[in-house]
Amino acid sequence: MENSSKRPIYLLPYYLWIALFVITPIALVAYFSFFDLSGNLTLENYRNFFTSVYLRMTLSSFWYAFLITLFSILIAYPTAYLLTKTKHKQLWLLLIIIPSWINLLLKTYAFIGIFGLYGPANQFLEFLGIGQQQILFTDFSFVFVSVYIFIPFMILPIFNSLDKLNPALIDASRDLGASSWTTFRRIIFPLAIGGVKSGVQAVFIPALSLFMITRLIAGNKVITLGTAIEQQFLVTQNWGMGSTIAVFLILFMFIIMMLTGQRDKGGTTNVKTK
Amino acid sequence: MSKLNNPSKIYLAFVFIVLYAPIFYLIFYSFNSGGTMSGFEDFTLEHYAAVFNDTRLIIILLNTVIIALLSSFISTVIGVLGAIGIVFLRNRKTRSAVLSLNNILIVSPDVIIGASFLILFTLVGVKLGFASVLISHIAFSIPIVVIMVLPKLMELSSSLIDAASDLGASKRDILTRVIIPYIKPGIFAGFFLALTYSLDDFAVTFFVTGNGFATLSVEIYSMARTGITLTINALSALIFIITLALVVGYYVFNQRSRQIAETRGGQS
Amino acid sequence: MKDIIRISIVLLAVSGLLLYAVSLLERSSATTGSGTISVFNWGEYIDPELIEQFEEETNIQVVYETFASNEAMMTKIEQGGTSYDVAMPSEYAIEKMKESDMLLPIDHSKIPNLENIDPYFLDLPFDPGNEYSIPYFWGTVGIAFNPTLLEDGQTFESWDDLWDPALSQEVVLVDSAREVIGMGLNSLGYSLNSTDMDKLREATEKLKTLGPNVKAIIGDEIVEMMRREEAAVALTWSGQAADMMWINEDIDFSVPQEGSNLWFDNMIIPATATNVEGAHAFINFMLDAEVAAQNADYVGYSTPNEAATELMDPEVIEDERFYPPEELRGRLEVYENLGLEMLGVYNEFFLEFKMDMEN
Repeated sequence: MENSSKRPIYLLPYYLWIALFVITPIALVAYFSFFDLSGNLTLENYRNFFTSVYLRMTLSSFWYAFLITLFSILIAYPTAYLLTKTKHKQLWLLLIIIPSWINLLLKTYAFIGIFGLYGPANQFLEFLGIGQQQILFTDFSFVFVSVYIFIPFMILPIFNSLDKLNPALIDASRDLGASSWTTFRRIIFPLAIGGVKSGVQAVFIPALSLFMITRLIAGNKVITLGTAIEQQFLVTQNWGMGSTIAVFLILFMFIIMMLTGQRDKGGTTNVKTK
Repeated sequence: MSKLNNPSKIYLAFVFIVLYAPIFYLIFYSFNSGGTMSGFEDFTLEHYAAVFNDTRLIIILLNTVIIALLSSFISTVIGVLGAIGIVFLRNRKTRSAVLSLNNILIVSPDVIIGASFLILFTLVGVKLGFASVLISHIAFSIPIVVIMVLPKLMELSSSLIDAASDLGASKRDILTRVIIPYIKPGIFAGFFLALTYSLDDFAVTFFVTGNGFATLSVEIYSMARTGITLTINALSALIFIITLALVVGYYVFNQRSRQIAETRGGQS
Repeated sequence: MKDIIRISIVLLAVSGLLLYAVSLLERSSATTGSGTISVFNWGEYIDPELIEQFEEETNIQVVYETFASNEAMMTKIEQGGTSYDVAMPSEYAIEKMKESDMLLPIDHSKIPNLENIDPYFLDLPFDPGNEYSIPYFWGTVGIAFNPTLLEDGQTFESWDDLWDPALSQEVVLVDSAREVIGMGLNSLGYSLNSTDMDKLREATEKLKTLGPNVKAIIGDEIVEMMRREEAAVALTWSGQAADMMWINEDIDFSVPQEGSNLWFDNMIIPATATNVEGAHAFINFMLDAEVAAQNADYVGYSTPNEAATELMDPEVIEDERFYPPEELRGRLEVYENLGLEMLGVYNEFFLEFKMDMEN
């Protein structure tokens, strides 16, 4: 566009938002992280973070966030792809989102019922002859419910990037004798990568700080950084330590952003540089 | 048009069944005279009657919907404009810096956001209540809108914009005639996910609310200690049915009006 | 673009209509009275009919807000921006609030119904002379268990019974450091207010051996779990045990011999209150014998109101599990405010126990 140094007026609300509601929390979090319980300036919190307890917690948070993101992609991709081929695709897409408008705590309680020893899931297993299983309070139920919560955040962006795929492109690829797999690998997948990246940002990052369902569904057998922060703020009231963990979460987020960064240099600028 | 083979249909059906299973579970127990979500006793409508008799609950519900609609709407406007601004940033480093700032609220746990907003509001002197809750919801919904809109914007080739500009289109025209129509799916995705964020939020709302203003989530979470009543199940069932009816109704209405427009266009 | 504009207009119009509906509803439900008071309480922790009755009797309108944890409630009151006239925190929170000057003294001359309260629940160490707080509900910490899911004759007279190998993967614990570490301390015969690091370490090590029996560490969902017979044994508060039994009559509750915790939820007036007169009127109203009886009936927790117990179903009042006789109460301890540092230590030990369970 013309001279980019002149900030257009329409950007004002967005930058105001960043200044007020993004910079303020980071500044506060960074500030609090240097104080101990009695209000003394200290680096103790940072030293604490590098003890085995928190490092293990970090690893397990990343591991579960990774699993949740992976399964979200595995389920969301085919769903989004198939949705683009249905007749009333916009309606179906909306029907994917509607369940997320019902209160999360209620749905979690419903899952406690469904996965319970006498719940429908176990009745089904018994019907299949597998017999009663402990589903609740396992890694499985934790990942399952997390994926359930995040799945619309993965389906929507992937759907949007697949939807605009030019069918002519796929037909052309077919006509040229490419197999379905080659068509997918060479044409569909690369074109949808932008949507997948958006989805990963909307799933992986918040999955790192999941907290409520670690207790409700995993019975505290999974402990994430989000749980630890929650505890430090609301139970121990050690805002310093809670903030320190948050500082690391934000750092991890920056790293992830760098890794998933849009390497295509943005459609808008690279055309000109060519 | 619908070229789905059977395995695909089964797969989609499975996804939908899982997505709706907990909701049907909640609705099922809303008819339970037993009083809790375990052990179905008799069919009753008493919990539905209780919803309509509880004026406070209805006020809370309406407030929740108002906050959700307004905050999603405003955050979508701000987020879309912000995303357009980000895309036009020339410097890649600045762009990725702004994007990282954008995502900070997504990664920050709710308690931290809530506590820092509360400190901010009391510093500035905003009266806690409707306004502070609305502003907070707008604030934490903006990043998800940006994330949803961005991939569409990235695809939009600048040659299209250049062409429009060469043809003498004003900046305003480029925005409303070229950019917005192209990124429309992203805008809708952002709006709907902002709705999800707003309706689900408990912690931030709890901290920034006051003077009797409450949303459904705050009410439900604080019931946890003594047990969530089936009135809430009944209320959720009603919300679900109404939402479904509105969405399907709007879609059908839209389809039909489009068809009419098309046939008229064909005749003339 | 056209459809976006159309949808925007519809959205704004709907929001406007709903706002109008809210204002109508609020006007119709508001009693034209002298002033309002804001009450800050746990959800479902009061009979809503009583609020209406109070509004009718006094012409004071009640603005009712709810919280889900003591700590979150304290943050809200401390930070200000909104004022509450009456709140119902637990006893350890009251001590903390007192230290931070967050409470107003209560004028006993305005609370004539105070005489209804059993003297046993007055003048307790967390608030000598009840200068700042008036008891609302009380209870104990113990073991809820379902005999139909256990071997015959399994009892829980001692905390050590939880370690029984027959209970593998059957025990659920409440997700709270003071309760779980306190149970470990009690089981060793120590005080649950212990600040001795060696004793705390010993208790934590003992708790780690409970790991194989622990099915989950959860919060309020513990009630649902027990009702549905997902778990056979739970370490929990008496109030929650009462909630369980209300649905599942098989469940029993026991407070082990070694001793346990005695807890209180009290009514207080925050320092930021704007209608102190109204707050006193509300507290006095809640202490009325009939009101307290009706409230205890609705909530299901134990009431400290002696006059109210005389109006209640004798079967409830004579139930020693929820209204333990004095000699048992002697073995119970009230939590002392150990200070934030010590609370942090408790939580670190609790976290260590949880992380140990993970593997």
